[in-house]
Amino acid sequence: MIEKALTGGKGYWTWVVCLLAVIGAGFLTYLYQLQNGLGVTGLTRDVSWGFYIAQLTYLVGVAASGVMLVLPYYLHNHKAFGKVTILGEFMAVAAIVMCGLFVFVDLGQPMRVLNVFLYPTPNSILFWDMVVLNVYMLLNLVVGWMVLQAENKRSVVPKWVKVLIYISIPWAFSIHTVTAFLYAGLPGRHFWLTAIMAARFLASAFCSGPAILLLIMLALKKIAKFDPGEKAVKGLSIIITYAMLLNVFFLLLELFTSFYSGIPGHEHTFVYLFAGLDGKHFLTPFMWAVVVLAVFSLVLLVVPKWRNNIKVLVVALVTLIAATWIEKGLIMVVAGFIPNPLEHVSEYAPTAPELMISVGIYAIGALVVTILYKIALGVKKEAATM
Amino acid sequence: MDSTRRTFLKIAGACAAGLAVKPATDALAMDLVLPTPKSAAPDAAALRAGKWAMVVDVKKFTEESRQAVAAACRAAHNIPEIPNEKHEIKWIWEEHFENAFPGQGGEHLPPEVSRTPLMVLCNHCESPACVRVCPTKATFQRADGIVMMDYHRCIGCRFCMAGCPYGSRSFNFEDPRKYLENPDPNYPTRTKGVVEKCNFCAERLAIGQLPACVEACQNGELLFGDLEDPSSVVSQALRANFTIRRKPELGTQPKVYYII
Repeated sequence: MIEKALTGGKGYWTWVVCLLAVIGAGFLTYLYQLQNGLGVTGLTRDVSWGFYIAQLTYLVGVAASGVMLVLPYYLHNHKAFGKVTILGEFMAVAAIVMCGLFVFVDLGQPMRVLNVFLYPTPNSILFWDMVVLNVYMLLNLVVGWMVLQAENKRSVVPKWVKVLIYISIPWAFSIHTVTAFLYAGLPGRHFWLTAIMAARFLASAFCSGPAILLLIMLALKKIAKFDPGEKAVKGLSIIITYAMLLNVFFLLLELFTSFYSGIPGHEHTFVYLFAGLDGKHFLTPFMWAVVVLAVFSLVLLVVPKWRNNIKVLVVALVTLIAATWIEKGLIMVVAGFIPNPLEHVSEYAPTAPELMISVGIYAIGALVVTILYKIALGVKKEAATM
Repeated sequence: MDSTRRTFLKIAGACAAGLAVKPATDALAMDLVLPTPKSAAPDAAALRAGKWAMVVDVKKFTEESRQAVAAACRAAHNIPEIPNEKHEIKWIWEEHFENAFPGQGGEHLPPEVSRTPLMVLCNHCESPACVRVCPTKATFQRADGIVMMDYHRCIGCRFCMAGCPYGSRSFNFEDPRKYLENPDPNYPTRTKGVVEKCNFCAERLAIGQLPACVEACQNGELLFGDLEDPSSVVSQALRANFTIRRKPELGTQPKVYYII
């Protein structure tokens, strides 16, 4: 099947070459970081995780969201999703590849990364995160590939693959739960020390991931004449709407507990985000952007007339992705460090090399998605299941 | 065909020559006698404890003693002075009461408490969050309670920095050796990309010396001793004075006590 990725039109190859160029630029920038240390990023003694780890967190959500197609199709026999589950699975693979790379580029001593395997430490959540992410990637790769192969050979999916599919469903929830535990179990980081962190992560994942997927599907409809089907589009947009409502609801719960209890440690970060603290307010405009974008996208999504209009839906999805990305891929990780444990306010902004390396990793993800989708759509075209 | 045969013969010849030379190189190697390594057995003079702890007698400190303490630590551990404060390496440093003890300050503190800086350092917690989160055991707790770092195992993930509720850990964002003029060969310098922090001078205790900061104190500003030995200076000070610890509500059980 892999040969299907090697044949394509001019558009396909231009896209691949462009991605490779961006990857090359990102790689060169990484060499610069490797030479000079993480000092080339905006990270500091106080804000010791930033853009890289935030992307990891966001992309774990994107990876987990594949289950929003797999679960209805395999557990509830929701036929409309049958055609598109493969897209969810392959997007999950690309997302986890990016997760691994974002952790890697964040390491101060990357050549020692195998120490995590040499000295496995079960009391560290990072160890478990690595385990669940790698297994989830394998599950999706094997399941996606086997299902596609069956389609290619016009045969049936082997039984053991079905078992893996059922395992992959709770596993998707586990990857984002464990990722939330990276933050939610740390004493003295009040912003993260919340029992609904995993629930918030899952809610934000289950709206943003399917939103990205739905946008890709709508794009594929134009580029590759792949029709996901009206029912799949409608079904997904309803899932996105409910998940986004939950996401916003959970954030409001956090705000209530913080401000009604009046406990200073719980309030500080939210005060910083919404109004600024000690005259520092770099993240304040981003937080308000999240509020505006989230409300705007929800208004468009909640009203059925607008949600079912593809043009309006696209606008809603783009604003939803922007809102959730800023909230999770920028604010959530960084704000946890502000104020610092000694209650000093020290801010963070990513630097140009940091952003270039990140763009390079996103390009690698896009390349993985491109290749896997090219294969999947190639098979579907031949099998006339498109 | 011919050329491959010739290449084969050449390689075989080179190998034979190598074998012939080997005894000679072995003999040369024998001449390079390395100094006998020091015994790995603990020094008889080493200071030992059930649980090491420190008492910071804040009132006894002066501007000079605060600086002397920090300078002694920097010298003993090759701590660079990095101009960019965002990349600073700090083992023991000054903070104000409201920052060291958030939530316990308020407007009505005596001015000498709110205005005078106090020394903060790693608390060598009995239940250390940094050790719990480290994915490689690069940071670990010894039987005598000291929380240590293995600079050679650390992968630089900085999970411990997120975990520490006291901001006691620093990361080498740059090559620290650039900022060291005369590094002391008795303590390793670090490489970029690893985390470090106060180690209660484990390397000095091992040869029978008190921590450098304690030794730098003239008037008992810092007391160091065994919590499990009722006659240690630390135990005596804790019996005689009301002391507080940083963020006790987090359950980390710090072993640095403050007489305010």
